[in-house]
Amino acid sequence: MAAHLLADTVVLTGRTMRHVTRSLDTIITTAITPIAMMLMFVYVFGGAIDTGPVSYVNYMLPGILLITVASGISYTAFRLFADLQGGIFERFQSMPVARPAVLWAHVLTSLAANVISLVVVVAVALVMGFRSGAGVPAWLAVAGLLVLFTLALTWIAVIPGLTAKTVDGASAFAYPLIFLPFVSSAFVPTGTMPGPVRAFAEHQPVTAIVDTIRDLLTGQPAGTGVWAALAWCTGILIVAYFFATMAYRRRIS
Amino acid sequence: MLAAMNLPPGNKAAAPAIRVRGLTKSYGRLSVLSGVDFDVARGSIFALLGSNGAGKTTVVRILSTLLKADAGTARVVGFEVATQAAEVRESISLTGQFAAVDEILTGRENLVLVARLRHRERPGTIADDLLSRFSLTDAGDRRVATYSGGMRRRLDIAMSLIGDPPVIFLDEPTSGLDPEARAEVWRAVKGLAEGGTTVLLTTQYLAEAEQLADRIAILHQGRIIVDGTLAELKRLLPPAEIEYVEKQPSLEDVFLAVVGQNRK
Repeated sequence: MAAHLLADTVVLTGRTMRHVTRSLDTIITTAITPIAMMLMFVYVFGGAIDTGPVSYVNYMLPGILLITVASGISYTAFRLFADLQGGIFERFQSMPVARPAVLWAHVLTSLAANVISLVVVVAVALVMGFRSGAGVPAWLAVAGLLVLFTLALTWIAVIPGLTAKTVDGASAFAYPLIFLPFVSSAFVPTGTMPGPVRAFAEHQPVTAIVDTIRDLLTGQPAGTGVWAALAWCTGILIVAYFFATMAYRRRIS
Repeated sequence: MLAAMNLPPGNKAAAPAIRVRGLTKSYGRLSVLSGVDFDVARGSIFALLGSNGAGKTTVVRILSTLLKADAGTARVVGFEVATQAAEVRESISLTGQFAAVDEILTGRENLVLVARLRHRERPGTIADDLLSRFSLTDAGDRRVATYSGGMRRRLDIAMSLIGDPPVIFLDEPTSGLDPEARAEVWRAVKGLAEGGTTVLLTTQYLAEAEQLADRIAILHQGRIIVDGTLAELKRLLPPAEIEYVEKQPSLEDVFLAVVGQNRK
C-alpha cells in the first residue's frame, strides 16, 4: 500500500484542488479580508504610526501576509470537515487507498491555495506602493518561511477539521490566529505598548516571523531573529502534526 | 481480479462470500449488536432488514473495515476484516447511506477519481463505459450537485463497480428515492448479481427485500431473529404484515401508471 502513497496523494490532491478552483469565492474571500485591512491600515491609520525610515506599506506587509495565511487555513479545516460530514471520507476509508494520502491531499491543497492568496496580496501591495530591494536569495528565504508557516498552521487546521462537531466549530479556531498579529510588531512598533502587552508582543511567534520577513524584504541583516522564527514555525509544526495525526488515527480506527 | 488471485489456498468456491460469527458491538453502555451470525453465499443478494437503529449500518461498517467489532469474527471472501483490512478493502465496495459522491466534481470526474484510486489503467474508458451503462452519459460532464436523487444513487453504484469488487455493500440504497428511481436502482442491483457479484443490502422496505433478495435476515435488538428465503419468511410473518407487503407494490403500480400516462 505504501507504494500507492504518492500516486494516491496526487490523485486526491487533484480532487481537492478542483474544489478550490471551482469555488473561487473562497480564494477571493481569503485574499479580500487582508487586502481590506491593508487598505485601512495604509490609508487610514498608517499616517499616524511612526515606523521610522521604512514606508508604512513596506512595514506592515509581512503582518498582512501572516493574516492571509491564518484566514486561508480556516477553509482547509472546512474542506476536511465537509469531507467527513458528506461521507466521501468514509468511501475513501473503505477503499484500498493509502491511509495518509487522504490527509496529505488536504495539506498540499492548503499550501497551494495559500500560495495563490499570498501572491494576490503581494500584487495588490505592489500597486499600493510596496517596494523591496531584496535579491533572489532573500525572496526565496521569505517564501520558504511563509511555506513553513503555512504548513504549521495547516496542521493546526487539520485538528478541528477532524474533530469538530459543527461547521462553525471547524473554522472558529482561526479567529485567535487572525487576531494574534495585532498584538505583535506587525502593525505598530512594540515600543509604545504598555509593559505586559509589550512583553507578550515581543515574545510571541508572530513578532519573530514578521521581523524576520521585514528584515529580509528591506535588505537588513536578519540576525538571530531568523532562528527564533524558524524555531517557532518548526515547533508549532511538530506539535500540531503530532496532535493532528493522533486525531486522524482515532478517526480511522 | 487482484483479490481473486490473493485468495488464501484453503478457500473453496463453495465457501460463503461473507461469514459473520458472534459479532458484538456496543457504544459505551448501549449494546447495538449482541451476537450476530449469518452467511452470504457467493453471487447472491442478501437483504438485512431492520427498523431504524437496529444495527444494520453498524454491521455494514464493521464489514467494510470502517469500524472495529468488540468481539466475534467477520470474513469477507476469506479475509478477516479485523486483521486483513487491506485485502478486504481490495475486495469490497460500499455504497449508500453514508458513502458519498463528490458534489463539486462532475459525474465523470467522480468515476475517474475512483478508478485512479483503485489503480486501474485507462480510468477515462472505465468512466465512459459506466456512464453509458447507467444512462448517465448526457449528464457526465455536469456537476453532481445538479443531479436528481436517482441519478446520484446510480452514480454512487457505478462508482462501486469500478475494479469489479466481488462483494458490494449497499446501505439503504433506495431510502429517499421516488418509486421510479427505486426501480432503476433495483434493476442495477439485479444486474450486479447476474454478473456474479455478491450483494449485501440493508433496507427498511419489505418490498425491496422481496423484489431483490435471494435470502433475507431480520436484525432486531442486536440479533438476527430470522434468516431465510422469502418463502420461508412469509410462513413466519403474521398475515397482517404480509398484507402490507402485498399492498405496497400495487400502490407503486398505480403511481407509475399515472405518472407514465402524464408523460405521454
